[in-house]
Amino acid sequence: MNMVGAINNALELLMKENENVILLGEDIGKDGGVFRVTDGLLDKFGPERVIDTPLAESAILGTSIGMALAGLHPIPEIQFAGFMYEGFAQLINHAARYRSRTRSAFQVPMTVRTPVSGGVRTLEHHAESPEAFYSHIGGLIVVEPSNPYDAKGLLIKAVHMNDPVLFLEPTKLYRLFKQEVPEDMYEVEIGKAKVIREGKELTIITYGTMVKVVQNVVERKGTDAEIIDIVTINPLDESKIIESVKKTGRVIIVHEAEHSFGVGAEIAARIAEKAIYSLDAPILRVTSHSFPYPFPGYEQYYIPNEIKVEKAIDKIMSM
Amino acid sequence: MVVSLLSEVYNGEIKYMQILDENGNVDASLFPKDLDDSKIIQMYKYMNFARAIDAKLLSMQRQGRAVTYAPLLGEEATQVGSAMAMRPNDFFVPSFRQHAVYLVRGLPLEKHFIYWRGFEDGGAIPKEVRGLPVTVPVGSQVPHAVGLAYAQKYKKTGSAVLVYVGDGGTSEGDFYEGINFAGVFKLPLVVIIENNQWAISVPRRMQTAAQTLAQKGIAVGIDSIQVDGNDVFAVYKATKDAIEASHEKPTIIECITYRMSMHTTADDPTKYREDAEVEAWKRKDPIDRLKKYLYSRNLWDDKKENSMKEEQTKAIEDAVRKAEEFKPDPKSMFEHVYSFMPEILKEEYDESIRENFWQG
Repeated sequence: MNMVGAINNALELLMKENENVILLGEDIGKDGGVFRVTDGLLDKFGPERVIDTPLAESAILGTSIGMALAGLHPIPEIQFAGFMYEGFAQLINHAARYRSRTRSAFQVPMTVRTPVSGGVRTLEHHAESPEAFYSHIGGLIVVEPSNPYDAKGLLIKAVHMNDPVLFLEPTKLYRLFKQEVPEDMYEVEIGKAKVIREGKELTIITYGTMVKVVQNVVERKGTDAEIIDIVTINPLDESKIIESVKKTGRVIIVHEAEHSFGVGAEIAARIAEKAIYSLDAPILRVTSHSFPYPFPGYEQYYIPNEIKVEKAIDKIMSM
Repeated sequence: MVVSLLSEVYNGEIKYMQILDENGNVDASLFPKDLDDSKIIQMYKYMNFARAIDAKLLSMQRQGRAVTYAPLLGEEATQVGSAMAMRPNDFFVPSFRQHAVYLVRGLPLEKHFIYWRGFEDGGAIPKEVRGLPVTVPVGSQVPHAVGLAYAQKYKKTGSAVLVYVGDGGTSEGDFYEGINFAGVFKLPLVVIIENNQWAISVPRRMQTAAQTLAQKGIAVGIDSIQVDGNDVFAVYKATKDAIEASHEKPTIIECITYRMSMHTTADDPTKYREDAEVEAWKRKDPIDRLKKYLYSRNLWDDKKENSMKEEQTKAIEDAVRKAEEFKPDPKSMFEHVYSFMPEILKEEYDESIRENFWQG
């Protein structure tokens, strides 16, 4: 199964399991979503549960919040993360704090799906990596799978929780590769990072689109690097990171999002607070540049590539 | 060639309803049939009670015993009339000024004071109240009500959802997006536009060039009406009718009322509006006209008035005492962020305790 198939399969299982699970979004019904992630679900579950909404991102998210407050478990889709800013206030002002501002008298169980990141030559505003904005806000959970198996299990776990979860789907990975994915229901833990390769000399912390890039470089070079896919961005699995850093003494953080004030900065700060004396070299970040995502004609100069990761490995191993 | 293709579609009429005029006279042809005398007296009591609670919170804010507060003075009929039209299983979604709606729906009074003294614990609205907590970002509550209404329709509960929004709120994108959804999905939603003429310092005429706020419903295919928002009978009837129709369509009710006091305790209305305007509205006071009506029908007298005031003062003093006895627990801030407590929050809490950050 590819990632699109895995997510579609997860949605179908979740909707069969619980009739309170409702999908809503733009073009998710008849069209099956612009990436076909919700393909076939309208026929299986009908228009009351797979809702083609008017074009209004704030209302999609705000309506989902209301549904969740009433005991449903909505899974809104925002067609592209670049359009989710229209509904940013609903997520920050309401989804994130309904539980705390009512001391759990109310909760917002909902899972917001949206495609993120670039590399597929899309138009403007279709290739954003906005995870840092949302991860800054306590009360929201932010996850980003890097493969079909995790995508399915994480989505199932998210919908089994009673929290607002932002489920970020890297567009580039939708159909990039296939994996064995069990047909049945299973969960991948939220808040737990995965060590996807063990190593002793260097820790590379990454997620989303960059996992494959890092794996390719490390395999090719044969570096003795430990690769951690954080899977959940917030809450971050800090202890797994610290444990690895204490073992290796060297850290590179790799993400596609903009360089400044990003997820990498937070991870670096946590390492500095908890493991600075274990470090043999400065922490390095490999990221995109500190400006908004460019037009498709320029994206190859923007997204971190294997060369950039390799140079960082060479640099840190020489320090 | 220019032809009118829309004449069948657009009908520019917005009806306006008044039942109880400023002198306490009633239009018998419109009088709601289910409104018996005991219910009318109940309305009068709630309106007075809300005004007394309001005065108390205002004075507490001035003494530093409550946070910035948004008074409802003058808007009692809009709130009590609509809330009393609700059936037991209907829901409401307030903005931040609907104190009388909570009162009618049975929110324990001390919760109200706990909220306005600045504690989230006051936002833990009991389930049986069937209302959401206060929403501060203007207009953003409308989509929530739409979602609640969708859930009622999906689960076939038969309940309707009332959402309150101000004149300023109708300029927000969320208002339009929300009512548009409600129209498309034919949701059991009743939108109460509490048009109190002022959004802080911006008067109604500067909020929109539209002649009425109700007509915004026409753009999204929702039936709309204007009512005298200081006439508790008209508000009651319009809401009742809308709730009865809610199984097949949403409705917008624009209640024309007036904010007699400040936006919140943080502004001074004499800076931006004329005293003469306030004086003119004083003559349309919602409580005065209902009192005239009750006296004219011999349903009320000075003795009843005095004993009502005594009872209400006592209830307020009790609630304030309980609210002031409430002791906040800082741990609750950490416990209610997620359905579980992540490591980082445990760490931040433990450190605060260990290092005695809160000892002062």
